[in-house]
Amino acid sequence: MAVQEAELEAPVREHEEHAHDKLVIIAWSGDLDKVWPQMILATTGAAMGMQTTIFFTFWGLFSLVKENVRITGDNWMQKMVAMMDHPGMEHLKLGKMNFAGAGPRMMLKLGKDHKVASPGELLEMARELGVRFVPCQMTMDLLGLSREDMIDGLDEPAGATTMLLEAQDAVTLFI
Amino acid sequence: MSTQIAKTLDLKGLSCPLPIVKTAQAIKQLQPGELIEALATDPGSVPDFNAWSRSTGHELVEQTEEGGVYRFVIRRR
Repeated sequence: MAVQEAELEAPVREHEEHAHDKLVIIAWSGDLDKVWPQMILATTGAAMGMQTTIFFTFWGLFSLVKENVRITGDNWMQKMVAMMDHPGMEHLKLGKMNFAGAGPRMMLKLGKDHKVASPGELLEMARELGVRFVPCQMTMDLLGLSREDMIDGLDEPAGATTMLLEAQDAVTLFI
Repeated sequence: MSTQIAKTLDLKGLSCPLPIVKTAQAIKQLQPGELIEALATDPGSVPDFNAWSRSTGHELVEQTEEGGVYRFVIRRR
């Protein structure tokens, strides 16, 4: 039997096919200069049609605390964490050049002048674009953060296994 | 296929990632085949619109620059 060589036409591709059409961001830091790129990359990924998930863990969780919640935690140690570091997206510190809050204020002012959306505005856009926000259950327990302390519209809290499963076929960033 | 611009977005002055994010949001309101026009001043939007078109499959039909304003015409896939 003659073996015919397959002469298939290359399929017409509507757009480039990618190995990854998913984006997973592990939002570990709660510093302004890291939360900002977390939100920039999440909104951009969703805008590019990537199925985007942010897994919030450790300091990253505090940016999801509601604006009107000042002290979180059940015991004095957990409360101290919130005391020393004001939770919430509006109170982020800079990883460097914080200068007791003057640095972040200057950075946000520069952002405004250059029409760069603030992390809070980007968070809203990310939600409109369907980005999933998954809080880390273990960190919530460790730091005494309750579901009520945090903004609405989050996914069910999950663990490392859920996140790693999600990350198996995704571009994964740890910020 | 339509050659009429169905919607124009003024993105002048906006920085990354807003031109792309706002275009992605706006193009959802269009029917497949319809054209959207985006006007931006961020020089980074030139590579970004090309990359976005390649990754989403929305066709970048036209790309011009005049007086520091970049004009992109995109067809919804």
